[in-house]
Amino acid sequence: MEKLRYALYTGCTARESTPELLKSTLAVAEKLGIELVLLDEASCCGASHLQDYDDFLSLVLNARNICYAEKLGLTMVTICNTCQLNTAMTKHRLDTNPQLKAKVNVKLAEVGLEYKGTSEVTHFLYAIIQDYGLENLSKKVNVPLSQFNIAPFYGCHNIRPSELQNLSNGGENPYNPTSLDDLIIACGGNNVDYDAKNKCCGFHAELQSPRTAAVLTGNALSGAMDANADWMVTPCPLCHLKLDVQYHSASKAIGRDVKLPVLHMPQMVGLALGCTPAELGLQHHVTKVNFV
Amino acid sequence: MDEIKSQQVTFKLFRFNQETDYIPYYNTYVLDITHEEVILDVLNRIKWDHDGSLSYRRSCRHGICGICSIKVNGKAILACKSRLFDLIEVFGTELTIEPLSTKRALKDLIIDKEDFWNKHEQVTPFLVSDIDENPTLETLVVPDDAEKLLEADYCIQCGACHYSCPALEINDRFIGPAAFAAAFRFAADVRDDASLERLHVVNEEAEGVWDCVKCMECAEACPKDVNPIEKITKLHNMIFQAGIAKNNVATRHAVGFAHSIEKHGLLDEGELVRYSEGNIGVLKHMPEAFEMWKNGKIVLPWNMPKSKNLDEVKKLIQSSSTVKF
Repeated sequence: MEKLRYALYTGCTARESTPELLKSTLAVAEKLGIELVLLDEASCCGASHLQDYDDFLSLVLNARNICYAEKLGLTMVTICNTCQLNTAMTKHRLDTNPQLKAKVNVKLAEVGLEYKGTSEVTHFLYAIIQDYGLENLSKKVNVPLSQFNIAPFYGCHNIRPSELQNLSNGGENPYNPTSLDDLIIACGGNNVDYDAKNKCCGFHAELQSPRTAAVLTGNALSGAMDANADWMVTPCPLCHLKLDVQYHSASKAIGRDVKLPVLHMPQMVGLALGCTPAELGLQHHVTKVNFV
Repeated sequence: MDEIKSQQVTFKLFRFNQETDYIPYYNTYVLDITHEEVILDVLNRIKWDHDGSLSYRRSCRHGICGICSIKVNGKAILACKSRLFDLIEVFGTELTIEPLSTKRALKDLIIDKEDFWNKHEQVTPFLVSDIDENPTLETLVVPDDAEKLLEADYCIQCGACHYSCPALEINDRFIGPAAFAAAFRFAADVRDDASLERLHVVNEEAEGVWDCVKCMECAEACPKDVNPIEKITKLHNMIFQAGIAKNNVATRHAVGFAHSIEKHGLLDEGELVRYSEGNIGVLKHMPEAFEMWKNGKIVLPWNMPKSKNLDEVKKLIQSSSTVKF
C-alpha cells in the first residue's frame, strides 16, 4: 500500500486539555506507517461559538487553516468532531458559493494566501476506515481487545448534519452509525449497543446551561453502564472532556453515580496495536484507566 | 413497469390510551410490505385489517400538512413521506413506531402538541406590519430580500425538530428549534416591524438561543430541509449585530473565542472559562480544574501554545471582523 500522508489539524484541545489525544494519534500513525504533517500555523476553528458571534471572521480563519493543507497538497485530517464540522462547513460553503469564496479570498490575500478548495477535510477515524482499511488494521492488531465490552460514543459533529458529513464520512447514517462499532470489532473488542451512542454530550452548553449539559453527559454514561460496557471510546476530545472529567456534575444531575473510563479513538487503536499506556498518555485521564 | 419487491417486516407499535392505561405497551405485527409503501400505508393496513382502535393523525398525504409526524426507531419522520424500504436500509427489518414524544402521548401515536404551539406563540409567528388596508400598489419583496429568509418559510410545523431537540427535552423553558426558525423567518422579513422584539425574546437566558447544545438533531430531523440550527446561528448573529447582546456568560463565551484567537491563534481554554464566567463565577469550576491540573490537562498561561505565523491571524481578525461587543 502506498504510504498515506495527511496534514494534521490538531485543534486546540489536543494541545491543551487532552494532550493524550495528540500523543496517541501520533503513536498510532507511526505504528500504521501513516505520515502526519502537523499544521502548526492553524488557528482555532471557533468551535461553533465564534460562528455565533462573527460568522464571516470564522470563515476567513477556517479558510486560512485549509490553505495550509492545500499548500502541502494534502488532505486535512481532524481529530476533533467540532473542528471537523466547522472546517468542513467552511469548505462546503466556500466551494458552493463563488461570491463568498471571492470575498474570503480578498481578506486572505492580505496575508498572501488563497483558498482554492483543493484539499479534502476528513476526521482521522474515517481516514483510518476508508483509506487505511479495517482489514489492514485487523492484521496489525497484536493485542486484541477481546476481553472488553466497549461502548462507542460517536459525537454529534462527525455524523450530523449528514448532508455535510456524508461528503467525508462514507455515508454514515446519523440514526444508526456504524463506523466506531466497526473499528471496535476490528480491534478485537466487543461493541455494545445503547441509545445514547449517537446523542449529544452537552459540551457546547456547559457554561450557559450547566444542567442541560450535565444531564446529557449523565445519560450517555448511564446508558453505556446499563449496556454492560467496561469503558467507552469517542473520536471527539470535547465529548471526552465531558465524559472523563465531569462525572461528578453528571451524577448529581441524573441522581445516579455514573463513572466509566473513556478512551480517545486513537488510544483504543493504540492499545490493540500494542502501544504502551505511556505512549498513549493514559496517565492524563481524570477517570482512571484501570484495566491496562 | 418496475418489478414489485416485497419484504417481511416486524413492526413494534406503541399503544397507550391516556384515559384507560397506566403505562404504554407495544403491539407487534409482522407484515409483508412492498417497495412502494410508506409508513402511513402500514398504519392504515394495521388499523383497517387488524385493530380499528389504533389512533394516529393523517390528512394531506402529500408531506405538506405536517400532521402525520411520528418516530420510527427514534428518527422523526412524516408517515406519508417515508418509504419503508429506505427505513429498512438504515434500521433493518425490525421497526419500532412511536409518537413524536412518548411522554406527551394522548392516544397511541397522537400527542398533545400544546407545548409546541405555546413556543410558537412566544415568538409572534406572524408578520407585524402597519399596512395600508386599501393599498394602490403591491408591497413588493425583491428576490434578494426574499432569499434572506433562507427558506425558513418552508416549515410545516410538523414538530419533528421540536421533539428531537435534547435541550428542550431537559429544559422545558427552552423555546426550541421550530419556534426559533419561525422567529428567524419573521425577523428576517424586510416587511416586518417587530424584529427587535423577537430578537429580545430569543435572547433570554434559559429560553433563548444561547441554551442550544449544537447537536444538529434539528437539521437532521426536518423533513423540509428548513435547517433550524442554521437559523439559530443567524439569530445569534442578529442579536450581536443589533447590539442587544447582554453581557452574560453565554455571550462572553462566544466573544471570548475572538479574543483568545487574536492573542494565541489557538484557544486559551482556561482564560476562556475565566472570561466567560467572570472572576467569581470561575471559582465553581475549580474542583474540576484541580483534577485536570493534577493529571497534566491544564496548560498554564506562560506555556500557552501559539499558532505559527500568528501575525497573519491578528491581521485577519483586525481586517475581517464584522461585529463589535
